[in-house]
Amino acid sequence: MTKAISVSGLHKSFGRTHALDGLDLEVETGEVHGFLGPNGAGKSTTIRVLLGLLRADAGAAQVLGRDPWADAVEAHRRIAYVPGDVTLWRNLSGGEVIDLYGRLRGGLDTRRRAELVERFELDPTKKGRTYSKGNRQKVALVAAFASDVDLLILDEPTSGLDPLMEEVFQRCVEEERERGRTVLLSSHILSEVEELCDRVSIIRKGRTVESGSLADLRHLTRTSVTAELAGAPNGLTRLPGVHDLDVQGHRVRLQVDTDKLDAVLRSLSETGVRSLTSTPPTLEELFLRHYQATDETESGAEVTAR
Amino acid sequence: MTATAETAAGTFAARSGGSRQLAGTGTLLRFALRRDRVLIPVWVGVNALMVLSMPGTIKGLYGTAAERADLMRQMETNSSLRALVGPVFDDGLGALTAWRVGLYAGALAAVMSLLIVVRHTRDEEESGRQEVVASGMVGRRAPLTAALLAAAVANAVLALLIAVGLAGQGAVGASALGLGVAGVGMLFATMAAIVAQLTESARLARGLTAAVLGGAFVLRAAGDSATDDGSSVLTWVSPLGWLENLRAFADERWWVPLLIAGATVAQGAVAYGLAGRRDLGMSFLPTRPGPAAGRLRTAGALAWRLQRGGVLGWSIGFFAAGVVYGGMTEGAADLVGDNEQAREIIERMGGQAGLTDAFVSAMVGMLGLIASLYVVASVLRLGGEETSGRAEPVLAGAVGRLRWAAGHLVIAFGGAALIMLLAGLGFAAGYGQDFGAILGACLVQLPAVWVIGGAAVLLHGLLPRAAVAAWAVAGAVLLLGWVGPALDVPQTVLDVSPYGHLPKLPGGEMSWSPVLVLVLIAGALVGAGLVGLRRRDLT
Repeated sequence: MTKAISVSGLHKSFGRTHALDGLDLEVETGEVHGFLGPNGAGKSTTIRVLLGLLRADAGAAQVLGRDPWADAVEAHRRIAYVPGDVTLWRNLSGGEVIDLYGRLRGGLDTRRRAELVERFELDPTKKGRTYSKGNRQKVALVAAFASDVDLLILDEPTSGLDPLMEEVFQRCVEEERERGRTVLLSSHILSEVEELCDRVSIIRKGRTVESGSLADLRHLTRTSVTAELAGAPNGLTRLPGVHDLDVQGHRVRLQVDTDKLDAVLRSLSETGVRSLTSTPPTLEELFLRHYQATDETESGAEVTAR
Repeated sequence: MTATAETAAGTFAARSGGSRQLAGTGTLLRFALRRDRVLIPVWVGVNALMVLSMPGTIKGLYGTAAERADLMRQMETNSSLRALVGPVFDDGLGALTAWRVGLYAGALAAVMSLLIVVRHTRDEEESGRQEVVASGMVGRRAPLTAALLAAAVANAVLALLIAVGLAGQGAVGASALGLGVAGVGMLFATMAAIVAQLTESARLARGLTAAVLGGAFVLRAAGDSATDDGSSVLTWVSPLGWLENLRAFADERWWVPLLIAGATVAQGAVAYGLAGRRDLGMSFLPTRPGPAAGRLRTAGALAWRLQRGGVLGWSIGFFAAGVVYGGMTEGAADLVGDNEQAREIIERMGGQAGLTDAFVSAMVGMLGLIASLYVVASVLRLGGEETSGRAEPVLAGAVGRLRWAAGHLVIAFGGAALIMLLAGLGFAAGYGQDFGAILGACLVQLPAVWVIGGAAVLLHGLLPRAAVAAWAVAGAVLLLGWVGPALDVPQTVLDVSPYGHLPKLPGGEMSWSPVLVLVLIAGALVGAGLVGLRRRDLT
């Protein structure tokens, strides 16, 4: 499979700020790729480089097999972009903007446009200034999903959408995947990422700290275990990968690196287990671990990112 | 509120939202002055400098009392000259200063004031910034009050500078002139305050108020060409005519400042009434729905859709100004014949030999200078689209940056040609003869207009954050063109302005070389700006 987006060692500075500091990103054709990171990590800068709006200081980037800076116009024919903060022209109607955006790309499927306007419950006759934030977002989303393109770049596209519309959005992204299109989805809504994305890349301070499928990433974090034992636990402290051990009589609570879970379970069953709850890491925990900017997690991330 | 306080005023306050309508004005005013810490000093400084340097210049040009008396006689007998700068009421240095720069100082104060007011009222609402501010301890009328006070501060400083700086010519006259100029400023501040309540777009609010100012300029000129003492109805309709009729340094009419103050207060009251009865961000003109499907196919079509209103407004304005000026030209020469001294005066205003030709040339030159404002406004739409984030999705489509920019630039440069052509047509229609010569005179202004446009393209391409400096370029050229010749500015400085190199038509020799050189310079500036735009990051 060819890569829809392939970025390596991307650098971009604004004055003294290093927005991108050697960022890598690989997006396979046909996948929905989550692009995550705390505020100011460089997500939007990366996207703007991929769209040829910014020129990278160093590093290589290819979008749909083209150079995003030199070949911008040809590449954009096959790309639809939805910014996180959609600003519209105050005296143009939403419908006019949808059609304009579509024509500036590869063209617009009018049947799908009508269907999407219906599904998103958008009034296309209203003028730009009268739309709420969510409705402005819908204008850009309808234009993107109805466009005849290969790659959708969505930068926090659902900020401002209500839960029903969020639902519609998720179904639209799934349809895009079924049609073989590639989606790069930058988002802070973790349930959305979990639902939609085949793979994710997490960036922080302009660098990729993690990339892979969600299952892969889960493997790198801790599972919490609560157990009611038959007797006093024994030897748990000596096991590798155990953290936050809390023993109260026969009751045990601990955190364990997910790849070391096996040894812990064996040790527990030696004592005899009455009841056991094991909670896989939530996405929130996964992200908090990567988002938190302490030196410890920084070096840990370095190692696991390899 | 106690029952005894239920006076008429009290119930009015309660009906219109309580007695805390002005809460937060002080904070907002300080904030406004802080935001305008560059804007206000520059506008006030340039204006005061222009006024204060005038007595010395006039002394240089008309050194003896006899020369000044002669100038005054000329103005009395020549309607075209009066149309340009208004009648002279006294031959003292102070009176001549007030005559020569009073109108321009008043117009500059008006522009400054309308910019300040719209910037702190409708601009803030349109951008949505006002929403958070208004959610604080801020009364419904506080933003408007703060904006008007900011304008008042600027105008008061200007009045003080003029009154003190010209006190050597007579303290009473200096105070009158300062008061008049600041009064016109506040008159347009309150007018902008009303317009800002009526439109949802700050751009439109600025445009409409500026159109009123343009109308005032033209009406005053028409009135003064008809009478020699400023008593025409047309002059009295124009606020700039009031400033003239204040007769600073020439037996001042103190009731005129009262008239200005009364009109200012009345307009302010209307604006206040509207401001308290309106929803935030909304206007009194309702928004109509638009088409559900669009026909805009290209970035160029989008650019035209966005700019067509502006082009239309400028076209109407230029055509109308042309008709009025053309009408004033008629018979200008017959009244006094070709008079050596009158010609000299007009030459100092940028005209050319032959009285009628000189008048036409000066008027057309003035329109050419004003066209530079159009071209800058139009080119800077690029910057507006870019910084607002609206350019981003367009450029994320299959649209090259050059194609995107070209859409706006065609309108900027082609539109400049259109409005000058329309001004020429109007002028010729109003005058009724010399069709070709007048059209030619209008079109020959274009290379200079384009150079200013080219400078704006260059700034936007290379230094997008400093692109507003293009307004300073246009403003400097405008000032040089209007008062530069009168101020006896050294030729090397005048030569900086592209307008200084244009052949003086009609009447003068047509020479193609400066015209071609200016076109080439404009082309080079545009080219360099576009290269810069293609290479830089989008802001």
